[in-house]
Amino acid sequence: MVHEKQYWKQVFWMATILAFGFGLLGFFDRMANGHLHADYGSYVPWGLWVAGYIYLIGLSAGAFLMSALVYVFRIEAFEKIGRLALLTALATLIGALLCIWFDLGHMGRAWRLVARTNFGSVMGWMAWLYGSYFVLLLFEFRFATRAELTAHHSVRTTSPLVQKLVGFDPTQPEAHPVEKDLKVLRILGSVGIPLAIAFHGSVGAIFGSVGARPYWNSGLTPIIFLVGAATSGGALLALVTAVFGIRTQREQDRRIVYLIGRLVLVLLAMDVLLEWSEMSIGLWSSLPSESESIRLVLFGHFWWVFWFVHVGFGILVPGLLLLFKPRSLTAVALAGLLITVTFISVRLNIVIPALAVPELEGLRYAFTGPGLKFDYFPSLMEWQLFLFTISLSAMVFLAGIQWLPVVDYSVENPGSEGGK
Amino acid sequence: MAEEQKTVQTVEQSTGLSPDEENRMRERRELLQKIGSGVFASLLMSPLMATPIKEALTAPDTTQKLTSLPEVPEGQPDEDPIIRMVRDLKRALQKPMEERKWSMVIDLRKCVGCHACTVGCIAENKLPPGVVYRPVLEEEIGTFPHVARRFIPRPCMQCEEPPCTTVCPVNATWKRKDGIVEIDYDQCIGCRYCITACPYSARTFDTGHYYTEDAPSQPAGYLGSADARVYETAPNYDYGQERPRVDEQSPIGNARKCHFCVHRLEKGMLPECVVTCIGRATFFGDANDPESLVSELIPQPNVMRLKEEMGTKPKVHYLM
Ligand code: SF4
Ligand code: SF4
Repeated sequence: MVHEKQYWKQVFWMATILAFGFGLLGFFDRMANGHLHADYGSYVPWGLWVAGYIYLIGLSAGAFLMSALVYVFRIEAFEKIGRLALLTALATLIGALLCIWFDLGHMGRAWRLVARTNFGSVMGWMAWLYGSYFVLLLFEFRFATRAELTAHHSVRTTSPLVQKLVGFDPTQPEAHPVEKDLKVLRILGSVGIPLAIAFHGSVGAIFGSVGARPYWNSGLTPIIFLVGAATSGGALLALVTAVFGIRTQREQDRRIVYLIGRLVLVLLAMDVLLEWSEMSIGLWSSLPSESESIRLVLFGHFWWVFWFVHVGFGILVPGLLLLFKPRSLTAVALAGLLITVTFISVRLNIVIPALAVPELEGLRYAFTGPGLKFDYFPSLMEWQLFLFTISLSAMVFLAGIQWLPVVDYSVENPGSEGGK
Repeated sequence: MAEEQKTVQTVEQSTGLSPDEENRMRERRELLQKIGSGVFASLLMSPLMATPIKEALTAPDTTQKLTSLPEVPEGQPDEDPIIRMVRDLKRALQKPMEERKWSMVIDLRKCVGCHACTVGCIAENKLPPGVVYRPVLEEEIGTFPHVARRFIPRPCMQCEEPPCTTVCPVNATWKRKDGIVEIDYDQCIGCRYCITACPYSARTFDTGHYYTEDAPSQPAGYLGSADARVYETAPNYDYGQERPRVDEQSPIGNARKCHFCVHRLEKGMLPECVVTCIGRATFFGDANDPESLVSELIPQPNVMRLKEEMGTKPKVHYLM
């Protein structure tokens, strides 16, 4: 079994290193040439990196909300995956922040988001919300790890550095009673839930509040963002739990994955409902300003992204897998993988179509130049840099499960003596 | 007296609020700012603060001392409207900044679609590829053989209620006292939120391109890329600041837009697009001055503004 885990870890490390190597080229290009080789510009000012940012930040918020099931609501069935969810949230948050940082016209001025915040702008709040969330995640991770070490210090070998970092003294495990740490975790988690809802809802509000873009300008946008975050974050957690988080031979362990799978299925259904509501109302209103963007999504140049990538591989296949094979580890993991990977198409289909419709008739041909166009497709450099940030996220995650006490294959349940 | 009342009325219209209301809004905002230290306050405060009051409070005073203004002859019968507008301009510049309301009127019946204003603006502001302040939109109306073409020059509307300024996360853009919407290139982080928020696509992003990119080089003369680039890197004077466009420094990486040639205005010159317009289709002046040409044109019954229903109150008017 451990052998099998090692195998998967190696596979994921290899893929991550490959993505990193390929992505590095994009990173160098971005550093050397700024935005010169990007396909976004003046009329479609946001592209893959903004979509990538809301994608990753959604995964983070979703994974975090799943961790709340453990630390706030103390749902026993999920107990084993609390730290895994926190690590996933942390890794994806780092990727998201990098992604949006690379997108700025002046990366060196990012600190002004804190120093000169305009609290009248939803975006103004983001630096503060992410800052608080980041600190909260670190603390939660620290206490969750220490609780784990305290409960099972006898059965694991953890490096002294890690023990020091999380404030665990192996000679005096009773100095940090698990109950006390769990209480702190509950408080942190309780603060975290509104925080996660606030920051991801606010990401939705960044778009929802833009009156100039009817496709975004809806009160439903922040809600769609939240449900999408929970769906994609849950799906990612189903995948990493199945691959790294459990002992696959044990039925009790497998049940955790089945349970996440069921949760994801419900969330996916809600997501589809909201999407249907948003799209059908937009189409039925038959006001071209809004319906044009929706038409672009459904029948435009990139229609296949919606129908094949999103509906086919992001909803139908995983939906059927979760519906008809809810007790197959492979099926649930595969569904998780499909939903997670294809969710970037959902994010792209939020960001781009609203911008790809000219705000004024005649603008398309009024003047030409790089960026003065409404057809956008991410350039090679954009894909590379996006992969680069994903690979960094993956590295943080893989390093976490490799060197930190995140997953414990030897312990059945915290609190009980584990087998070997 | 009647004129005075008219002027006061127009100033009030420009903020959309009476002084009392302004005070109340300010007090409310200050109180909220004190309370607003938590996540929940964010939900409440953000929309409340996204009001025009914000601008007056955050905008630095960009009033400049004017040195000398050009001599303009007295009005003559059949004089070129440009002369009259320069006279209007001079009068406006002698008033305090907050009493001016720079406005533009574009007579679509006179516009022949020559794009001279677009090109003049590019030359004046040394705009790089991908950045355009005043494109001319072309619309075809009807079907053959009953076809007409309409040309609509589209500068920044310098909205009285600009949705582009309130979204800026770092207060890098605001409405000045004279109504011109300014961007502080040194503060702008290049997030491009304002570009998405403008209903007129008036903001563009300077990605750092040069027209001379990949051009063959030549040892001397303005034929080769090296020499031609001298022009492209020479300073521009957006918002009255001298800025060479080099080394990925601002304005590269910033949002950019038309500013009614504020650097020219403050030297007593009309915006470049006004003077290059071969059809004399663009008029410019102070709408708070009842004597000005634009004040005569704006109340015409055939006047319209773009996307009026959005409530942005553009200061660019079109005569149909
Ligand atoms: S036209 Fe656009 S950029 Fe200009 S003030 Fe209005 S909203 Fe802002
Ligand atoms: S691009 Fe610059 S001016 Fe526009 S919102 Fe961002 S920081 Fe503000």
